Amino acid sequence: MTQPAINPPDSAPWGAQALYVFTGIGAFVAFLMSALTQDPLFRFSSLIFLTAFLLAAGVMTVGIANGRFRYDPNRYEDGVIRAGVIATLFWAIAGLAAGALIAAQLAWPRLFYFPEAGWLNFGRLRPLHTSGVIFAFGGNALIATSFWVVQRTCKARLFGGILPWFVFWGYQLFLVLAATGYLAGITQSREYAEPEWYVDLWLTIVWVAYLLVFLGTLWKRKEPHIYVANWFYLAFIVTIAVLHLVNNAALPVGLLNHRSYSAYAGVQDALVQWWYGHNAVGFFLTAGFLGMMYYFVPKRVERPVYSYRLSIVHFWSLIFIYIWAGPHHLHYTALPQWAQTLGATFSIMLWMPSWGGMINGLMTLSGAWDKLRTDAVVRMMVVALAFYGMSTFEGPLMSIREVNALSHYTDWTIGHVHSGALGWVGFISFAAVYCMVPWLWKKKGLWSDRLVEWHFWIATTGILLYIAAMWVSGIMEGLMWREYTPQGFLANSFVETVSAKHIENVIRLVGGLMYLSGAAIMSYNIWRTIRMPSAQTLAAPTAPVLIAAE
Amino acid sequence: MSGLTYETVARFAQQGGTLYFGVLFMGGLIYGLWPRHKETFNRMASLPLETDEDDHVQS
Repeated sequence: MTQPAINPPDSAPWGAQALYVFTGIGAFVAFLMSALTQDPLFRFSSLIFLTAFLLAAGVMTVGIANGRFRYDPNRYEDGVIRAGVIATLFWAIAGLAAGALIAAQLAWPRLFYFPEAGWLNFGRLRPLHTSGVIFAFGGNALIATSFWVVQRTCKARLFGGILPWFVFWGYQLFLVLAATGYLAGITQSREYAEPEWYVDLWLTIVWVAYLLVFLGTLWKRKEPHIYVANWFYLAFIVTIAVLHLVNNAALPVGLLNHRSYSAYAGVQDALVQWWYGHNAVGFFLTAGFLGMMYYFVPKRVERPVYSYRLSIVHFWSLIFIYIWAGPHHLHYTALPQWAQTLGATFSIMLWMPSWGGMINGLMTLSGAWDKLRTDAVVRMMVVALAFYGMSTFEGPLMSIREVNALSHYTDWTIGHVHSGALGWVGFISFAAVYCMVPWLWKKKGLWSDRLVEWHFWIATTGILLYIAAMWVSGIMEGLMWREYTPQGFLANSFVETVSAKHIENVIRLVGGLMYLSGAAIMSYNIWRTIRMPSAQTLAAPTAPVLIAAE
Repeated sequence: MSGLTYETVARFAQQGGTLYFGVLFMGGLIYGLWPRHKETFNRMASLPLETDEDDHVQS
């Protein structure tokens, strides 16, 4: 591992000047938007655009003038991944805290309802929570890990010069615009796609740049075969692009107005929304994180993927089946019954590829099961896979029309989503971050393995409390809604079914707070790890080339 | 307009879609199970283990 001899002079990365000009034009357009609009909410968003572009232009002026933007083609682009890891942790805390606050509002509506502060209303905080954990926490984890995995498995530096940094900061701007918009009351009321048309357009630009970076890096690869994790990441990027464009097709009221109206109406609108919504689960919350799993699990346990052949069958069957499952969100609606049945059938078929993937991940531990006892990060991965298996069994079950008649609109659905999100998505991301941080900051290990143990046990207990409470309250309210008196009247008023859930809502809050504490412990541990002296200064002369994983 | 009824569109989506996706999926399956690919797949299964944590681009 000697220093490469041919280091180019400290040249700014490709595209830095172009991005500089782009930021200037962006600032000018944002200034015009904020000056000309009559719409206070649109002005609010325009001012955020303006601030972001001015900040970026300022940073780039200083950076380019002082030669701070260095580009070394012999090294991987890891700086953007370090930024991604920090953003992942920041948004995890923010998104989970928003979730805890709305859980408190549901448990004690009198105590946590703030009539004088409209922006703290449940309806505005809920999308902040969902987007905060899915797109901000999950999205940053996906972008950061995908940049790590694609570089290492292709043996090529990220394509596009400054473009990966544009993807990172552009995505943060999208998140800030979305989050502040929700609080201000800007929403197009499409679940998991609440941001309005101009934020959607901005995300489109960022996402195309992300696709270009990923494809360009694949194109430069030195390894002829594209490793399966990259297939999953690419399916995630491409499908999210298609879903985003189709679902958000809308006509703005005016070019200086925040409001827009969807291109679809009625049942078509509902079908497009849930085609989007379920594939956001399938391709954002599943395919991308499976890419993470197929790299970090074998890497951490030092065993080859149990069956690479199975991983390919897993990939193709998963993406072909998932895309059809959306209509199971629309049972007993105006959607034609054959489409409902199609959605349910494909959801049941999904059980097979999902469990194929789970088994493939778990069996990768063959011969290394002892690591479960010694390595809390491996344990986190195994629990993530177990929750993946559990929620992908529960999902097909709930998509059956007769089961859905009981579960739909109840807390059971909330419990299902959280076993997948907290158990699978959250834990596999935490595990990947725990793996990457010592590599990225060149440390010999984490600051404290004991804190990882604490994180693991507190968070796992939190998830179990959360989902158990939601199963109980969900099935209870489902049964109460369909309870009749001997005279044939409904036995319960709606508010009675709400107040019956009080204890479960409190347990849910406790579970969520435990999960949040786990993330806080992790952030502290990561912060201390980053501040540790680096591995090279500790043991420079004897450092072996290939260190056996601890 | 006479041909484009709800029934024809629904039949096209149901039968054409089944066929199209069935054939594409079989293609993916055949690729995954093709005997000659076994050697590459065996090598690929341990690719993550060979990747470097260091930031020097591997050759």
